[in-house]
Amino acid sequence: MIETIQSFFRGLAQTHPKWNFIFFYEPSQWARIVSGLSVTIELSVACIALSLVIGILGAWAQGSPSPFLRWLTQGYIQLFRNTPPMIQLLFFYFALGQFTPTITGPDGWTEEPVMSNIGWAMVSLSFFAGAFNVEIFRAGIEAIPQTTKEACEALGMNRLQTYAYVVLPLALRVSLPALNNNLVNLVKTTTQAIAIAVPELLYQMVSIWNDYASAQNAAMTVLFVTYILLVGALAFAMNRWERTLHIPGFGGGR
Amino acid sequence: MSDNSPWTADQPIVSIKNVRKSYGEFEVLKGVSFDIMKGDVICIIGPSGSGKSTLIRCINALADIQDGSIKVEGQEVHDAKLDKLALRRKVGMVFQQYNLFPHKTALQNVMMAPLKVLGQQKKDVEMRARALLKKVRLEGKENAYPGELSGGQQQRVAIARSLAMQPDVMLFDEVTAALDPETVKEVLITIKELAADGMTCILVTHEMSFAREVADHIYFTDRGVIVEHGPPSTFFDNAQDPRTKAFLGQIL
Ligand SMILES: Nc1ncnc2c1ncn2[C@@H]1O[C@H](COP(=O)(O)OP(=O)(O)OP(=O)(O)O)[C@@H](O)[C@H]1O
Ligand SMILES: [Mg+2]
Repeated sequence: MIETIQSFFRGLAQTHPKWNFIFFYEPSQWARIVSGLSVTIELSVACIALSLVIGILGAWAQGSPSPFLRWLTQGYIQLFRNTPPMIQLLFFYFALGQFTPTITGPDGWTEEPVMSNIGWAMVSLSFFAGAFNVEIFRAGIEAIPQTTKEACEALGMNRLQTYAYVVLPLALRVSLPALNNNLVNLVKTTTQAIAIAVPELLYQMVSIWNDYASAQNAAMTVLFVTYILLVGALAFAMNRWERTLHIPGFGGGR
Repeated sequence: MSDNSPWTADQPIVSIKNVRKSYGEFEVLKGVSFDIMKGDVICIIGPSGSGKSTLIRCINALADIQDGSIKVEGQEVHDAKLDKLALRRKVGMVFQQYNLFPHKTALQNVMMAPLKVLGQQKKDVEMRARALLKKVRLEGKENAYPGELSGGQQQRVAIARSLAMQPDVMLFDEVTAALDPETVKEVLITIKELAADGMTCILVTHEMSFAREVADHIYFTDRGVIVEHGPPSTFFDNAQDPRTKAFLGQIL
């Protein structure tokens, strides 16, 4: 089976020299794709999780009685929403990276930073997407009518109970469509980590076509298809989630 | 009965004395006083903006007051040390807009507060909740979400939800104002049955024939004061104050 595929693409590269899918018959190049894809997935999953945490904490801080906390959150949101994510990546890696301590590497004599470029990409991209998540969750919470919270109060619930049992479950449902968009955007934005040499999928593909110019068209095709599948999978999962949470008669009908 | 307060049933269950309430510069309640005995049904009527909702919201501490006193079963409501949960167990409230929890079924709506707030046993709560839904004639709708119910049905779920806390006093703020004329009746029947069972009810309403039928006493408010009050027969047929007459003239 694998042999057939390999010989098919080897043959294709000979008859059509501009379509050299080298990674489909050279195991060493295939390994680069696999490793790039796994970094991309790792980066996406970590950033989604971290940006959700930032979103929840930020929405909470925005509603806090402390003006300092509110001001801080607002400043964070403005900074990260209104600057390009690529610049944020460069800033985190090159500007903040130089202040992080180093540790002695496994070989016993090189010094390595405690935070790798992948680590910085995770932090930077999470902060980027997190800024949008704060606003998305905030909007969800604000969409819950004051009167609904009053009904909770009249039933003897305290603030925590009101949030846990009523406001947050409803706010989540309001937030999901916007959250869906933002997370899809986040997965696409992970490609910008190439700027700080994170060996994710785009980085690996560019490396391949730098090494084998004939593989450029093939590599681009694979990139498009892979991202369509990745984003498709995420959107599918989010839509499923939206549907399981859907309540008859609440929000947009489906 | 609750704790060790000296309140006994021969004293007013709700006692309101000279209550003043302002929003900023604007004084909404300008010294309102009245008493309600246990088992009584009173109706508050009056023009829009006269402070009816504000008054009713002060009784269960959803709004605070600037001056005067409100006592429920002998306990001062506007006291910094007030145990709000204890107050809200005694005083139930039903809103004009139902305010059900849209992500919970009718049964779950009714069960939520006893379960989460009072920490009662699920089995007992469920049995009581089913009985309450039956009482408000919603048997068979236990698993329907609010969005699947008519306004009148939602409002009756809201009444059952409030009753699940086993209150001693029920507040109703224009609970039929958002309903279609056909469904108004089913909600009024439910309230009437509740009143007949001996529940103390304070109702803000624009349904005059209903007020005449169920109320023991009617209070007419205008611009933050009680202009006139009396039992329905004298109030409706023999109003004295020109403002009451004008209002009744418009409505009846
Ligand atoms: N939260 C608030 N902040 C400021 N003003 C308020 C607030 N709530 C009510 N008011 C004002 O207080 C006055 C009385 O309002 P209230 O809702 O008690 O009237 P109402 O008699 O219930 O009227 P309606 O029949 O229209 O329900 C109104 O003029 C209203 O604008
Ligand atoms: Mg009102």
